[in-house]
Amino acid sequence: MSTNQIDPTKWVDQYSDYLFNYTIARVNDRDMARDLISETFLAGLKSMKNFKGEATERTWLISILKRKIIDHYRKTNSKKGKAEVHINYKDDESEGDWLEERVADPFDKTAEDSIENEELGEAIFNCLGKLPEKQARIFKMKTIDDFDTEAICNEFDITPSNFWVIIHRARTAMASCMEKNWL
Amino acid sequence: MKLKTECQEANHICDKNQYNEASLIDKIKLSFHLIYCRACRKYSSRNGKLSKAIKNPSVETVSMSDKELMKQRLQEQLNQVNN
Repeated sequence: MSTNQIDPTKWVDQYSDYLFNYTIARVNDRDMARDLISETFLAGLKSMKNFKGEATERTWLISILKRKIIDHYRKTNSKKGKAEVHINYKDDESEGDWLEERVADPFDKTAEDSIENEELGEAIFNCLGKLPEKQARIFKMKTIDDFDTEAICNEFDITPSNFWVIIHRARTAMASCMEKNWL
Repeated sequence: MKLKTECQEANHICDKNQYNEASLIDKIKLSFHLIYCRACRKYSSRNGKLSKAIKNPSVETVSMSDKELMKQRLQEQLNQVNN
């Protein structure tokens, strides 16, 4: 019997934010990332019978997503090659004599910072995925989607003090999960 | 006014403060408590860092409407598979 069960109806709620941050870090285009995730879910559905339960659902979805991202790279690269203008130096003398080539790349400095920031999103949703489901949903609604305390209490039918206990537990768990690399 | 605050209450105020929901009196109580309680100081600083990390603009979520769309497409596909 398989150890990990599969339940497609919960995919969007549980994994879309994690997959989204994972994709954004690699594709850098929100609309494209969203489409890739949507395709991943559909592809997952089609090959559900191939899921052996050896990995967790999320690992399995990530492996499908990776293939989708690679396909996306291939597509954009094949388009790029056609439009690209290759500049060849005619002789050795003119080579390396371009002012533009001496100017430092202004984007280079921030490259490292942006990599770190992009990975932060992944780390957050990775840790969020480790929390119990209800805790994670409440924490996400309150902290990321900025819902009112009252609205959340009504939706989950809990008292405010109940709510703050859940938030406290979630924050403690999140902090210790992220502490090693991020806090 | 009772100034001495229990750690549990201090943490509760600190949690609320992350969402700007702590009252002024709460905040005074908390800062007074933090003067002498090292454990809560640590919790407060961690809590603050966590808030800051999550508020980072590069942390993105899929919008509710997009999620609904995805769910719909998934459900349609699911119905086809089952039929």
